[in-house]
Amino acid sequence: MAKPVIEIRELVKVYHLGEVDVRALDGVDLTVDEGEFVAIMGPSGSGKSTLMNIIGCLDRPTSGAYVLDGADVSQLSRDERAIIRNAKIGFVFQSFNLLARTSSIENVELPLLYGDFAGSRADRHQAALDSLHRVGLQGREANHPSQLSGGQQQRVAIARALVTNPAIVLADEPTGNLDSRTSIEIMGIFQDLNDDGKTIVLITHEPDIARHAKRIVHVRDGKIQEDEHNQQDRIERPGAAGSQPAARVSAG
Amino acid sequence: MRNSFVRLGNITVVGLKSIARNKMRSLLTALGIVIGVACVIVSVAIGAGVAQSVSEMINSLGSNYIMIMPGTSTQSGARMFTGQSTLSEDDAEAIRREVPAVAYVSPNLRTAAQVVAGELNWSTSIQGVGIDWPNIRSWNVEDGSFFTEGDVRSGSKVAVLGKTVADSLFPNGGAAGSIIRIKNVPFRVTGVLEKKGGSMMGSDQDDVIVAPYTTVMKRLMGQNRFGMIIASAVSAEEVPNAMDQIDALLRQRHRIPQGGDADFMMRSQEEIAQANAQQVGLMRNLLLGIAIVSLFVGGIGIMNIMLVSVTERTREIGIRMAIGARGRHVLLQFLFEAVTLSVLGGLLGVLFGIGVAKLIEKAIKWPIVVSPEAIVVAFVVAATIGIFFGFYPARKASKLDPIDALRYE
Repeated sequence: MAKPVIEIRELVKVYHLGEVDVRALDGVDLTVDEGEFVAIMGPSGSGKSTLMNIIGCLDRPTSGAYVLDGADVSQLSRDERAIIRNAKIGFVFQSFNLLARTSSIENVELPLLYGDFAGSRADRHQAALDSLHRVGLQGREANHPSQLSGGQQQRVAIARALVTNPAIVLADEPTGNLDSRTSIEIMGIFQDLNDDGKTIVLITHEPDIARHAKRIVHVRDGKIQEDEHNQQDRIERPGAAGSQPAARVSAG
Repeated sequence: MRNSFVRLGNITVVGLKSIARNKMRSLLTALGIVIGVACVIVSVAIGAGVAQSVSEMINSLGSNYIMIMPGTSTQSGARMFTGQSTLSEDDAEAIRREVPAVAYVSPNLRTAAQVVAGELNWSTSIQGVGIDWPNIRSWNVEDGSFFTEGDVRSGSKVAVLGKTVADSLFPNGGAAGSIIRIKNVPFRVTGVLEKKGGSMMGSDQDDVIVAPYTTVMKRLMGQNRFGMIIASAVSAEEVPNAMDQIDALLRQRHRIPQGGDADFMMRSQEEIAQANAQQVGLMRNLLLGIAIVSLFVGGIGIMNIMLVSVTERTREIGIRMAIGARGRHVLLQFLFEAVTLSVLGGLLGVLFGIGVAKLIEKAIKWPIVVSPEAIVVAFVVAATIGIFFGFYPARKASKLDPIDALRYE
């Protein structure tokens, strides 16, 4: 039995909009185990963004419990949440959110500047390089985001999310700004990471994207409506072991 | 402990990179500080230079020097400045005879003229003086001799050249004994004065021709107008005494009652130096005022651009917070940026200020002393301004909500 990474009980989030109270989350229970690949789906206004903000420790619930990687994080202060985000969560955003006019390698190094990374400058550089290699971005270390395609920028963002070796990778509509071919590439990377044991939580409203996950959670009106196991749609990757082009070259 | 130190270093790296990414804007932002610090450097340099040259001037002119200038005359209660000088040759003679505290007396008239020697000509100032003049100014003739009492009495057309004039009119030497023409009047050069150098206010003291005052009055100025009288006391201690005695004598001679306004003015060398210093000090204070205003405006400029920067980079702040930047990381980053901007501005300002100071020294020959203390003070001021005016924007940045900041377009 895998150990749970995310344990959410009776989670409620109420927004006060003038006189009206809006219950964005109305009693959510969710457990995600280590090594899972969960897609959280729902239409806009369903509460999935609020859920993502709380899972990502960007926001605090009004009530309920949230245990992340064994620690109760539901009532932490701003700075404590920043420390948790740095150490345990790797964010991937729809609009990539890389620092402009900053090289890929520096973007990837950024989380290490704010955390407890004990290594030297060279170690930091090496960690960032390793992370970029992991998402297949060799030779682009010095490029600025404006010199990269959307897919490449999202790879840099994924490398940045991975560099601190977080407990979960939290991807918020990571393919929302990408064409369908690049979207599939990015989902392939997530599947590879998941194969290596990374826990991935994906927030999306597109069924085509969600079907690449192993489990799909439907959110509606602040509640979990459906929680289903999904027959994962595997992506054939040209770089994967089975279809190595090198084999053909040596045959010919 | 070590870790937090490393992290602080990381934050400074973050701030530096951000400045490097916006070079032009950073430069413009720091401009107010640049000008302010440059003004501080220049004003302090001028002040220090003046203080130094006041003492130099007193030494170079002799501390017993007294200047008596014609003033306004009062006739039937109406104070007026007549064309005629209120001083005369007889006054000078009376001072020589009757004031024991005075060692030397000389009339002193000034005019300007074009001087010609052979093919060469030179425009300079002509001083008409008596034979005591070299003693009063402690200024000797190095080549040839000074004119004699007989020359003064008879109004001979003789002259002594300052070093600059001699070098300009007689580049190959041989000035003494030659004939020059001043306003078309031929003068025989009896000697050349030793080099004296620049005066406190930057004029070249060697750019001068000295001739008997009688000759200057009659031949060059074409009128019987007398100038001022210069004198020197027997010793520095006797200067106040000499001034009192001269005052009493001239009042008596000019029939000015006790307590009435004198029709002449008197300055000792020290007073002249102080007056000049005061003038320069005024200039320095003005510059210092500009410096303070400029630094303040520069500080507001930094605050303004940092506020713009915080708004513009709201998303960046959101990204940084999302990946783990704490409030104080963001605060320190922006504070560090502000301080770096102002200190860079301070550095440029110091260089600029030294440049301007050198330029002033060259152009208007004011004495300038750039002191290391001024540079340190300017730096500290610049850094303080950066902290003071950078704090509010930095705090604002650190208080942003990461969710809102990430959503900011």
